[in-house]
Amino acid sequence: MPKYTEDDLREELKTKEYEYGFYTDIESDTFPIGLNEEIVRAISKKKEEPEWMTEWRLEAFRGWKEMIEPEWANVTYKKPDFQAISYYSAPNKKPKYESLDEVDPELLETFKKLGISLDEQKKLAGVAMDVVVDSVSVATTFKKTLAEKGIIFCSISEAIKEHPELVKKYIGTVVPPKDNFYAALNSAVFSDGSFCYIPKGVRCPMELSTYFRINQAGTGQFERTLVVADKGSYVSYLEGCTAPSRDENQLHAAVVELIALDDAEIKYSTVQNWYPGNAKGQGGVFNFVTKRGLCETNAKISWTQVETGSAITWKYPSCILKGDNSVGEFYSIAVTNNYQQADTGTKMIHLGKNTKSTIISKGISAGRSQNSYRGLVQVGSRAANARNFSQCDSLLMGNECGAHTFPYIEAKNQSAQIEHEATTSKIGEDQIFYCNQRGIDTEKAIALIVNGFSKEVLNKLPMEFAVEAQKLLEISLEGSVG
Amino acid sequence: MTGLKKKQMPKTETMDLKEKLVSSFMVFEDSVDVDSPVHEIRSEAIKTFEEKGFPSKKEEAWKYTSLNSILKYDYSVFPKHERAIEYSEIKKYFIHDIDSYKIVFIDGKYSSHLSHTTHDGIDVCLMSAALTKPKYRLVIENYFNKVAPSDSLTSLNTAFSNEGAYIHIPKGKVVEKPIQIIHFATGAENALLLQPRNLVVVDENSHVQIIERHQSLTENPVLTNSVTEIFANKRAIVDYYKIQNDKENASLIDNTYIKQKQQSVAKVHTFAFGGKMIRNNLNFYQNGERIDSILKGVTVIGNKQHVDHNTLVMHKEPNCESHQDYKGIFGDNATGVFNGKIIVEKKAQKTNAFQANNNILLNDKASINTKPQLEIFADDVKCSHGCTIGQIDESALFYLRSRGIPKKEAKALLMYAFSNTVLDSVKIPELKARITKLIAKKLGVNIGFNL
Repeated sequence: MPKYTEDDLREELKTKEYEYGFYTDIESDTFPIGLNEEIVRAISKKKEEPEWMTEWRLEAFRGWKEMIEPEWANVTYKKPDFQAISYYSAPNKKPKYESLDEVDPELLETFKKLGISLDEQKKLAGVAMDVVVDSVSVATTFKKTLAEKGIIFCSISEAIKEHPELVKKYIGTVVPPKDNFYAALNSAVFSDGSFCYIPKGVRCPMELSTYFRINQAGTGQFERTLVVADKGSYVSYLEGCTAPSRDENQLHAAVVELIALDDAEIKYSTVQNWYPGNAKGQGGVFNFVTKRGLCETNAKISWTQVETGSAITWKYPSCILKGDNSVGEFYSIAVTNNYQQADTGTKMIHLGKNTKSTIISKGISAGRSQNSYRGLVQVGSRAANARNFSQCDSLLMGNECGAHTFPYIEAKNQSAQIEHEATTSKIGEDQIFYCNQRGIDTEKAIALIVNGFSKEVLNKLPMEFAVEAQKLLEISLEGSVG
Repeated sequence: MTGLKKKQMPKTETMDLKEKLVSSFMVFEDSVDVDSPVHEIRSEAIKTFEEKGFPSKKEEAWKYTSLNSILKYDYSVFPKHERAIEYSEIKKYFIHDIDSYKIVFIDGKYSSHLSHTTHDGIDVCLMSAALTKPKYRLVIENYFNKVAPSDSLTSLNTAFSNEGAYIHIPKGKVVEKPIQIIHFATGAENALLLQPRNLVVVDENSHVQIIERHQSLTENPVLTNSVTEIFANKRAIVDYYKIQNDKENASLIDNTYIKQKQQSVAKVHTFAFGGKMIRNNLNFYQNGERIDSILKGVTVIGNKQHVDHNTLVMHKEPNCESHQDYKGIFGDNATGVFNGKIIVEKKAQKTNAFQANNNILLNDKASINTKPQLEIFADDVKCSHGCTIGQIDESALFYLRSRGIPKKEAKALLMYAFSNTVLDSVKIPELKARITKLIAKKLGVNIGFNL
């Protein structure tokens, strides 16, 4: 039997095409390219938004105009021309569908290819889907079940119309409109996204999930997600992404805000598998995301992410541990292959007393990719007994890739306990030998090792997602994950 | 031209010092030989400095350390007064219980009666002599400013480089006694800027131990911007100790650049116990296989002191190692910064790089900012770093107290134990004893027995 080695694996990785690369032909209602106050107003008008929202967007836009695109991340790319992007595109077969039968059959075909058949999802129960294609929700299921509990789960544009008091109260409180370049851009032009409100003391009975897709050529995707968990509630939110194969770079600048009030818990899981560009590094999605959560007293926010796609990833899901005894968690697997570049990590800001945070970050680099962890752990002078544990491990496959770690640790309180450790290694020949010796062939051995390497994070994913995550890891590192 | 600039730009204190330095350069040029090979290097360096200016907090490497508070003084660049000091006055600043070569400078000027230099087989002498005498010309041409990069502060030093220690150990020599380099500032001037420039060249199979200290004898502000270049050639062993225990208004920016050839071992221990602001830029460049680089440090500070360790280890070739171990204890309003960077280039397979940074905060007003970075481009490497911030173990403290050791002493013992791993590798027993004493003194206790 020919021996399956890491070189074979690399060879396979090189030739592995993006499986989900297809393009659905749906007539889109697309705005002319370019960005100015008129466009911002037009988007707002199109969404039938109230005046305060339009003003809010314009304010963000004015702020954005003054800002400079950040360059500190460890990534190199040709900066997108923000005037060459169309800022709004929506499938034009509106209005919304009452049932799945009314949904464009072509679209249903798309989901089938992605393996997320809505019918199946419906039957599987436990997962309510808010499917977003090119920024507009086309199907929302299980809404009724949720409504009974008083849970609001809808698109953000719907929420602006129907629950303006909630949106007005919380939007922009965690990620201010002028927080950073991409957040400001998003605030000005966000087309749609999800809104979720869990009332006091309610435990959301199912995993809430949204699938994002970038579909229309040359359209930027600007999602806005706002999750509010009221006192004593619990919600698990899933977000998954795939995008079709395309040659030009696509821009994605999303903003996610989580608010966990006293004793609430939010679990936010992401699987991201956007088009990473081809083997020569052409094309691929630019992913500039601002994700941040705010924890009040005794609250807990947990971020779990599996990042396998995008040509450029710039993403730092963060927790502001404002209330006493609040907990922040971050579990991440970032896989880069070919010419992908990822600069990802987290920020844990300890402000309250007895706050705890855990960071587990696993980076796997193959091909000619660059994978960076960039994190900040900050302990304020009043955050007595703050506790942090961080672990960043990198696995390198091949000699053309790079793994980098940039942890920032700032402690201003004597009772803080902070630990940080990082390791970088490759799959050891001794590990493979050990497996071989026990009758496990090399291919399986590599699968086993990579799986073991990322297990701590995979375990944190909800059941429904863990399967998909495994699938995505497979696509990115075919042959190495069983 | 400089006058024009002054008008356009807002007048700030930093600006003034920079202007002053740039214009002082003309004066400096008059005093040194313009035909020497380093003339060009100096002129180039002042241009670089003029362009870049002093680093600000906006630069990533200076994010946690601001120079504003120390640049506000009107430093005198060329000390006018010369003051003789008696040996008895400054004896305590030497490691006086060992026989050693000594190179002593007072306000940047060489003090021959306090020094003990040699040319017997090895060269332990002065930079000013090395820069002017034809006998050293080859060494200077080959090594001077060859590893120091052109960042702003190093360039500033290069531009005014004139005096400092020059140590050249030829092939196969084991220097039988340590070399002490001490820079005193007497404070006859209001505020003094010193810019010593050291060059250490250790040839094949040689061994040398060096102890360096900067000491202010005055209450006036002193700023030292020192640059040391060290070249460890094939199989050379360099053992370098930096003692930083200065007065409350003395600041030090210490730039050390070490270039290593194959199988050489370079060790740098930094003991930072005081000074207003200390910034250590310690850079290792490995150019060969089977090199070992060791960087260790103990920091014990209080009051409003600020110590910043900025290290870089560049692994360029396969089969090399680096070990970093920095311990810090911060009390009162002190601020500690650790910024360690390990770069492993594509070619440097089988690298074994380790970095540890452990800190204890004794007070809520003290703070520590640490950023251990890894940049790895090779796959078959073992790189790890660990970083902790914590407190003294309560149960250990209780154990000691239950055995009749007072709280203060018990705390000091634990802190001493905490920093002890760094002292293990100190090869000069007298120095080790001295450091132990200094740590005990810093912690405010008399440990009472010989550790």
